[in-house]
Amino acid sequence: MLKRVHFPSSPLPYLLVAPQLAITLIFFIWPASQAMYQSFLVEDPFGLGSEFVWFENFELLWGDQHYLDAFLRTAVFSVLVAALSMGSALLLAGFAQRVVRGAMFYRTMLIWPYAVAPVLAGALWVFMFNPTLGIFPYFLDFVGIDWNHYLNGGQAMSLVILAAAWKQVAYNFLFYLAAMQSIPNSVIEAAAIDGAGPGRRFWTIIFPLISPTTFFLLVINMVYAFFETFGIIHAVTQGGPGSSTTILVYKVFNDGFVGLDLGGSAAQSVVLMALVIVMTVVQFRYVERKVEY
Amino acid sequence: MAEIQLTDLTKSYGPTEVLHHVEGDIKDGEFIVIVGPSGCGKSTLLRMVAGLESVTSGEIRIGDRRVNELEPSARDIAMVFQNYALYPHMSVRENMAYGLKIRKLPKGEINRRVEEAADILEIHQYLDRKPRQLSGGQRQRVAMGRAIVRDPQVFLFDEPLSNLDAKLRVQMRLEIRKLQQRLGVTSIYVTHDQVEAMTLGDRLMVLNGGYVEQFGTPIELYDRPASVFVAGFIGSPAMNLLPAEAHSDGIVLPTGVKLAGAQTQSGSVLLGVRPEHLVPDQDGPIAIDVDMVEQLGANSLLHGTLSGTDHAMVASIPGHVATANGTQQRFSAAPEVLHLFSPETQKRLDA
Amino acid sequence: MIENRPFTSFLSHLILILGVIAIALPIWITFVAATHNELRMNQTPLPLWPGTYLWENLQKTLFGKGLSGSETAPVWMMLLNSLAMAMMISVGKIAISLLSAFAIVYFKFPFRMTCFWMIFITLMLPVEVRILPTFEVVANLGLLNSYWGLSIPLIASATATFMFRQVFLTVPDELLESARIDGAGPMRFFWDILLPLSRTNIAALFVILFIFGWNQYLWPLLITTDTSMTTIVMSIKQMLEAAEQSPQWNIIMTTALLAMVPPIFVVISMQKLFVQGLTETDK
Repeated sequence: MLKRVHFPSSPLPYLLVAPQLAITLIFFIWPASQAMYQSFLVEDPFGLGSEFVWFENFELLWGDQHYLDAFLRTAVFSVLVAALSMGSALLLAGFAQRVVRGAMFYRTMLIWPYAVAPVLAGALWVFMFNPTLGIFPYFLDFVGIDWNHYLNGGQAMSLVILAAAWKQVAYNFLFYLAAMQSIPNSVIEAAAIDGAGPGRRFWTIIFPLISPTTFFLLVINMVYAFFETFGIIHAVTQGGPGSSTTILVYKVFNDGFVGLDLGGSAAQSVVLMALVIVMTVVQFRYVERKVEY
Repeated sequence: MAEIQLTDLTKSYGPTEVLHHVEGDIKDGEFIVIVGPSGCGKSTLLRMVAGLESVTSGEIRIGDRRVNELEPSARDIAMVFQNYALYPHMSVRENMAYGLKIRKLPKGEINRRVEEAADILEIHQYLDRKPRQLSGGQRQRVAMGRAIVRDPQVFLFDEPLSNLDAKLRVQMRLEIRKLQQRLGVTSIYVTHDQVEAMTLGDRLMVLNGGYVEQFGTPIELYDRPASVFVAGFIGSPAMNLLPAEAHSDGIVLPTGVKLAGAQTQSGSVLLGVRPEHLVPDQDGPIAIDVDMVEQLGANSLLHGTLSGTDHAMVASIPGHVATANGTQQRFSAAPEVLHLFSPETQKRLDA
Repeated sequence: MIENRPFTSFLSHLILILGVIAIALPIWITFVAATHNELRMNQTPLPLWPGTYLWENLQKTLFGKGLSGSETAPVWMMLLNSLAMAMMISVGKIAISLLSAFAIVYFKFPFRMTCFWMIFITLMLPVEVRILPTFEVVANLGLLNSYWGLSIPLIASATATFMFRQVFLTVPDELLESARIDGAGPMRFFWDILLPLSRTNIAALFVILFIFGWNQYLWPLLITTDTSMTTIVMSIKQMLEAAEQSPQWNIIMTTALLAMVPPIFVVISMQKLFVQGLTETDK
């Protein structure tokens, strides 16, 4: 927490933390408390005044079928994005860890999507799946699938999940690879001497040993799917068709900036904040008990 | 150069006092070793002199200045750390010059001093290397060089040899001693190794549990240990200690045998006798049942118990011996090599 | 490897190559699209092999007026805006985090823990959840359509402060003591010892933050209404919207390519620092 020895007291440390504290106060704590405060207000239809209504905005949210649908949709979306990207990353890392020749090459080729902005990932996938021009609809047509994510909500959802998972594979791959490489070779060798083949070794030795990483990545991926995928949704579907791809973070933005329902949007923000806090706490508790082997 | 005075020095962390009323006068040019087991407060004491730990009460004077409130850099000291604390990103030359640069010495002067120190320590060829390219012994020299260039009034050493292997430790020990004699700088050296302490120090300060047990020359400590702790700590193998009864005409061992000799003490005592002071003697009063023999070449150690009791005893005999395990051997000891301690205070009982 | 089975080895490479293809395919298709002309990009099936129009597309994209029929800033300007924003965010974050971590680790002062917790709490508040009030604050400060407004709200970061705190805690105490005996004051110690020792950590963090800054989307989208302040990442969205009327996929994909190249270049050329930065900041 603190060094055993430190500098004698002076005003200097206050000057040193001042910039960060100022920015934190002005751009984080103040706006967050504003969001809190606004979540208790209702603006009149003409934006002339507002009324303090306690938890009415929250009650409205829980009574709002659209919101509850968005909640469920976000859950499905996040779980699928996490499962898809973590699953492929685990598979690739498992094999990458086995190969000796070309390991560097594979790693390099697999990590660059990390650098692609979510909105660009969305643009790339929307181009590939463009109903009239895209490569994939062209081929899907041969197997009798009529692709149009502008009309078909299920297809739109699949597309954003694909794009979101694609971008996140790189991140998960790196962490899985690092976790696997930190398992002592002797443990794997012992399992081999005990007669376990490669597949069995993976499932009975490697996979349990990297379970802390799996848990950590699960939290990270959920947070990613909750918030950072905004760009993908905004670029690919804009929450549509209908509201079939409207996840919570997109709804906050849409209701606030487009619908101008400030109180409702603020209440949604507060709910999201609570979710993030829960996830952060979970993550930190995990970090504290981080398993070492 | 300077003398150092420690007056009624106390250190507490919160409610726990870790150093108790330490007193000591160190003469100009003297080499003082603070020795004691780990946790005895010896490093804390050194760091208080350096200014890295605050003084709870009492006074430290270097030369004619009270330094309690002075920053380390204002105390005109140099320190060699256990892990050397070389700045890893600076070359050897930069490491040595850093303190001088901060003191804004002219460039020529800095160079002259670095060169001079490099000459003394024979580290010229490493001057442009980084610490990580050096071996342990070389880093040790650089750390010394960094201390020398400052040309301080006092050198402080915090277990500087404990990270070296045994052979190098002996060699560096001699070099440190020679260097200190040549430069004549007052030095305080902390170690837990009693051999290092005995060979290096003009005087030794033995610390135990935050108390000064004894402060004196190595020979004083060996010949007249002030307490049971010092008796057991100085000398190897450690002094034999037996409960005994003192009378005006001699000392009665637990076996009932009397070691003749006039005594000024009477009553229960702890009798101390060093293994090397037990002389083989067919008719000696001290009988030991030997259960193990260690042949060290130059001498032999006989381990066993005082016959008829379970008090462990060690005797050190010059040359080789052919004593078998399980035999009884007899020894005598001259009256002047016997040490008496109080069983209650653990202090020396003296004539 | 423990056993030498040619089949498993072959299988490993096969799976990995398939993985690489799946991962690289979108980027390949983007690249291919950027090398054909508008005409070719309107015929199905779209090409899978590069054409010869890359240079022309680059010129059109970088210096042209964007898509015909929509008024956007030239792409070279957007690239500059993105660069400015990414640099300001990463340099700013590193600077303020270094200072506050230094204060928190090396000084004991009243309200130290209060400061620590106030910084910590920002970890829990991603910009997306406090977007409206933050926007209001920036608007009230008159920072809309400015580099300051683009970057400062994204600068405060608990992760960077935590990372430097971690790094500083591993610096041996003896170095500080040694520096104090050498007469170095706090700021001198910071510049001469601490900064050089944290060099690789700073570089690793820079790589991550540069990508983070470059890829910002929602915030610039709200803050900039002036086309001269558009960043390249947010321009893609406008182009996609325009594409619904006049699909000029060659230009859109060239822009996308230009938007991806700087961060991808950073990741690949500084791979070691990138991996280090990623694993350090998220621990």
